[in-house]
Amino acid sequence: MQLLPAREQMAFTLGFHIILVPFGMAFTVLMLIAEYRGIRQGDDVALLLARRWSQVAGVLFAVGAVSGTVLSFELGLLWPGLMGRFGAAYGIPFAVEGLFFFLEAIFVAIYIYGWGRLRGWTHFWSGVPVPLAGIGGTCSVVAANGWMNEPAGVVLRSGQVAAVHPLQVYFNGAFWFEALHMLLAGYMVAGFVVAGVYAVGLLRGRRDRYHRLGLIIPFTVAAAMTPLQILVGDVAAREVFHREPAKFAAIELLPRTGSHVPEVLGGVLVDGQQRYGLPVPAAASLLSGSSPSTVIRGLDAVPVDVRPRDDLVSMVHLSFDVMVGIGFLLLALSLWFAVSWWRRRSSPASRWFLRLTAIAGVLAVIALEAGWVTTEVGRQPWTVVGLLLTRDAVTTAGNPWPLLVGTLALYAAVAYGTVMALRLLRRRWAGHGEPAGEGSVSSVPYGPSRTPERRAPIGGRS
Amino acid sequence: MSTFAAAVLFLGVLAYAVLGGADYGAGFWDLTAGGAARGRRPRHLVDEALAPVWEANHVWLIFCLVMLWTGFPQAFAAIMTTLYIPLGLAALGVVVRGCGFAFRSVMVRTDQQRVAGAAFAVSSILVPFFLGTVAGALASGRVPSAGNGDPVHSWVNPTSLLGGVLAVLVAALVAGVFLTAEASRRGDATLARWFARRARLAAAGAGAVALAGIGILRADAPRLFHELLTRGLALVVLSAGLVLVTVLLLWRLPPRVLQGLAAGAAATIILGWGVAQYPYLLGTHLPIAAAAAPTPTLSALTVVAAAALVLVVPSMGLLFALQQRGRLGKAP
Repeated sequence: MQLLPAREQMAFTLGFHIILVPFGMAFTVLMLIAEYRGIRQGDDVALLLARRWSQVAGVLFAVGAVSGTVLSFELGLLWPGLMGRFGAAYGIPFAVEGLFFFLEAIFVAIYIYGWGRLRGWTHFWSGVPVPLAGIGGTCSVVAANGWMNEPAGVVLRSGQVAAVHPLQVYFNGAFWFEALHMLLAGYMVAGFVVAGVYAVGLLRGRRDRYHRLGLIIPFTVAAAMTPLQILVGDVAAREVFHREPAKFAAIELLPRTGSHVPEVLGGVLVDGQQRYGLPVPAAASLLSGSSPSTVIRGLDAVPVDVRPRDDLVSMVHLSFDVMVGIGFLLLALSLWFAVSWWRRRSSPASRWFLRLTAIAGVLAVIALEAGWVTTEVGRQPWTVVGLLLTRDAVTTAGNPWPLLVGTLALYAAVAYGTVMALRLLRRRWAGHGEPAGEGSVSSVPYGPSRTPERRAPIGGRS
Repeated sequence: MSTFAAAVLFLGVLAYAVLGGADYGAGFWDLTAGGAARGRRPRHLVDEALAPVWEANHVWLIFCLVMLWTGFPQAFAAIMTTLYIPLGLAALGVVVRGCGFAFRSVMVRTDQQRVAGAAFAVSSILVPFFLGTVAGALASGRVPSAGNGDPVHSWVNPTSLLGGVLAVLVAALVAGVFLTAEASRRGDATLARWFARRARLAAAGAGAVALAGIGILRADAPRLFHELLTRGLALVVLSAGLVLVTVLLLWRLPPRVLQGLAAGAAATIILGWGVAQYPYLLGTHLPIAAAAAPTPTLSALTVVAAAALVLVVPSMGLLFALQQRGRLGKAP
């Protein structure tokens, strides 16, 4: 009875939170690059960008921090069967994550609220721990997720955790490729989303240096990550092929074990049969084992009682296709940018490039969600593969529906508030004259309109 | 080993109660500051004082959750399957509080600020209340070791309500003193007086409730009552003494000392609860040692705690030091 609402709630809140993760982890890098350029080359436009981005980050980090807290509560409220039985192992990566989250929260605050009050390079260096902590935190959470996919480092005795090897838990088999994949995804999402915002501005005719730089810095970062991501994704898929056969069968929409397996593009599983897909002959075998005769285990190799339902298999398969498809689209866009940069030292002037960049951020977010669906739904019916079924992990107490309804309503309000807050920021900047603005000086909530008592030159190099 | 893990967990509870509590208490004064015109200056101070630090303070809550579910997984599951109503509401309240605060600092129109501000302030009272009821439920032994306890009476009972009300009042008291100190640090005597008056009111309220609480605990949680008056007595007396000294000397002490005293007052009373509760994690039926995870897990937690001591505590000190010197704030 509790399983459906619990899963919906976890999926929804995690799906919401995961969009914010890249902004905690990678957005600061974009700011630091802009600030470095600003201080180093006396580039006031770059400094203004960095400063405004950190105001945006201030809002996004707050929303991310609290939506992440909800997830912590939900681990207990929705999945006490998981936490009670395996908390002693599964909790360890989270304990490490807590440490990084502390550092991230502390230095994000120093960086965001230190603008104009800490001197140039001091301020720059106060931001450097943020992406480092972000990387550590992301790795830790992914380590926990990897452990659910490929549990290691626990010894069970009559169903109870009797011994734990913390390092094996953290550095489980899925850790490396999942962590790298997620880190790169984070940088791609942050980079493409921010670049997309300025692409829209450029499309609307604001072709000043402020907008061009606002596009180039994040786009360069994202474009540099994209080919790496394709490589890491390929490695990850092959690791899943070797280590998580049931998930791989779902990804490949493969009912029966065999060789010369085609890569099916699109399509769904109906009554255990592939339908509507476009098969590329032997491609799946070739990609997994570099030979067409590579045998891939199908869903028939999964014991019947833990075989995933057809609709879940279709969902995993389609999500994977969406993720990979978007990945290659973004790769093409990145190459376009690279070629233009190589030839003319400037980003492509075509309006089509701007249009595509404007939607690249949305696409990157969709790919992020799709990848997450692939790994999470692809693990079902297990919560911890081989050790704990999702139906045994779920709470047995109470009725989770009211919590789900309340959460949906609240998150809708939060999403609305976030969008509105960001639009207000933009309007405020526009009111200050786009490139020459001094940041916000007037609008403190309920506050007296302040005369800026200590207005330093931008960047505080006084 | 398990006692050490429990001590680390409890340190997290202390830190969150004092630092996070001060942020919630600031929301209390934000809510009661009156209309937009009258409340403008106190709200402005609340805003400036909280903005750079509340997220870092908030992480202590995550720290507590993580330490609990890793170090004492069964107890965590038992708590969550019993107290899911107050904890679920607290989780949603945390979202409302954080987003309300963050959104308000961006909004410019008074009506928008009022909505976001009200969300921030109301949830700043509800969250400590619910967490207080949870503490009361743990202290009075209403969470069975196997979990799935009574979902309503586990937290709607005399000790829980006492815990909830006391949490709100102590948070308001600490915040009142902190903001008094902050106002005088900024040389704003009027505002300092404004908060000092309210801190005294909160102290009087907390004192009255604590006195009434003696009777409540005696009837509702006899073991806790007994231990508080024996092992925990020194701490209880010390806490009361600190509160008295703080509110009597609100005018005469330098801001930093004032903040230390208020933090000490809140910490000692909670420490009193911890000492009285020892050696039980839940009520009087689940001892710490019986609930603990296997030793390697506890060792891993010890490493994490040591790293926190080396990395997080100095960083946090840096954050507070920078803030108190006026080096953090909205861009000037």
